Amino acid sequence: MTSNYWDYVARRFGIMLLVVFLAVSINFALPRLMPGDPIENQLNQLMASGGGAMGDVGAMVASYRARFGLDQSIVTQYLAYWQSIFSLDLGYSLTNYPERVGDAILAGLPWTLGLLGFATLISFTLGTLLGGLMGWPRSPRLLKTFGSGVLLLSSIPYFLIGMILLYVFAVVFRIFPAGGGMPFGMSAGFNFETIRAIAWHATLPLLSITIAEIGAWAIGMRGMMVSVLGEDYIALADAKGLKPRRIFLRYGMRNALLPQMTKLAMALGHIVSGAILVEVIFSYPGIGFRLYQAIQSKDYFVIQGIVLLLSVSIAVAMFILDLIYPLIDPRIAKGK
Amino acid sequence: MGRLATFASDLTSNKTLFFGLSLMLLICLLAVFGPFFVDFANSRVGATIPRSPPTPEHWFGTDGQGRDMFTVMILAMPQTLRIGLTAGLISLSVGVALGLIAGFVGGWIDTVIRLASDVMMTIPGIAILVLVAANVREMTVELMAVIVATLSWMVATRTIRAQTLSLRERGYVQVARLNGTSGLKLVFVEVLPNLLPFIAASFVITVSNAMLATVGLEALGLGPQNELTLGMTIYWAQFYGAIIRGMWWWWGPPILAIATIFVGLMLTSAGMDAFVNKRLGANS
Repeated sequence: MTSNYWDYVARRFGIMLLVVFLAVSINFALPRLMPGDPIENQLNQLMASGGGAMGDVGAMVASYRARFGLDQSIVTQYLAYWQSIFSLDLGYSLTNYPERVGDAILAGLPWTLGLLGFATLISFTLGTLLGGLMGWPRSPRLLKTFGSGVLLLSSIPYFLIGMILLYVFAVVFRIFPAGGGMPFGMSAGFNFETIRAIAWHATLPLLSITIAEIGAWAIGMRGMMVSVLGEDYIALADAKGLKPRRIFLRYGMRNALLPQMTKLAMALGHIVSGAILVEVIFSYPGIGFRLYQAIQSKDYFVIQGIVLLLSVSIAVAMFILDLIYPLIDPRIAKGK
Repeated sequence: MGRLATFASDLTSNKTLFFGLSLMLLICLLAVFGPFFVDFANSRVGATIPRSPPTPEHWFGTDGQGRDMFTVMILAMPQTLRIGLTAGLISLSVGVALGLIAGFVGGWIDTVIRLASDVMMTIPGIAILVLVAANVREMTVELMAVIVATLSWMVATRTIRAQTLSLRERGYVQVARLNGTSGLKLVFVEVLPNLLPFIAASFVITVSNAMLATVGLEALGLGPQNELTLGMTIYWAQFYGAIIRGMWWWWGPPILAIATIFVGLMLTSAGMDAFVNKRLGANS
């Protein structure tokens, strides 16, 4: 690889480090910038909202004071905060006291990753194909009309589509379950029954994200396809008398696909943000729903932990994608 | 007069832009004049019989707390639009200023601004918004707009920077510079007017992003609690299980309103893209 590539990698790596640094610092600074004692603020708010079974409040206050280290200087506090981040210690949940924030996140993570992974995969494939066909002059008119409708759907927030799907397919026609990740009281095991139940529960949330996301991929692909079709090699392929199907797939789609993949990194944050609310609508047991519950019960440390996880994991994922793209498509590294 | 006529003819030939702008105009008219025709008292808790489906008296029915949904919708629309537009305007001003500075001054200032916008693009906006919103004592419409704005200025910065870089090297700017025109005059007289179509296009995208963040935050229950907004209406509908209870008139209207706003913004944005590109094609 050329030095160009390594310049590019260094720049992206620097950006990732900056994002992580900023996310942790904001997490540290925000509660301290607010007037008053952060612990008392949080606990007072919690009591005001009438959290009944709170456990031993005295022990909680002591544990938080030690954690915040409020009697020490701000620099010591900041360093200690970094140390706790590195040792993956995110503190305890305020509402379910003995539960650790890290455990709460870990419990929700597989659900969210599975939902997002499948939704992104399906919408990317379908959307790219649809966009390619929309940019292809020989496509039937009907497909283009249908495509325009799908494009319009992409402008609407995911969770609104989720609400409509939930009403139609779980309330009016009781085809799919109205929420949750698994039937109540079912014990998970690695067998066909479990997988079927999970897939059944995931269908509607998956569908909401996919329907809204297909259009976003299609828009990008249509634009790329139109500009690729203007290239000379397409005209040459046409003049050679190659079959349209071959020109579409091997000459058009193939070249338009690579820039489309770079958009995946840009879309990641958007998809994650959108999926949070879809989880809420379907009470899907991922971290988005956990975040919503934490916001409702003012469980500050869980909110903080999930926000930190989201920012850091998106930064890391984007960096990894940024590393891979130039290897697939050398034009990216050269363009920088 | 010539310019206006050109614009009018452009508008009729560009159907997407025409539909988008008409839709937005309709929504804005409804938001501005609607509140004069409804009785505010009907939007208070317990004003009517709760959980009633649409009737001739209550066109959109009533919610679980006895608010008249039609009144709620008419009052919520301007609030949501206000947050989106204010946030859009703030982030547009910041974005244009930073883009101009980065493109015109260059050097290390440009490097810093570019780095900042790259970093902000990577941070998931909603995560930071959730954190800030969870920390403030009481959310207001103005505060909400400022919070949303801090996370949506990057698109405008990028567009304006790229355009400034290319305009800076154009012949007429070079001539003005050689004639001894001062830097500020160069920016405001020679460069800025030519950026107007791009500023307009960025504004639509920025407002759209800001609205998305606003509605999302509100639906999570982090919006202004004492105000009626479209997102908060959805939050309460979700909170009281309106979907499962089959009360479609509770969540249907806000969904329809939000969807209409977003479709209007998207059409305007797509139409504007075509408009800007056409102008570019004619100029070069």
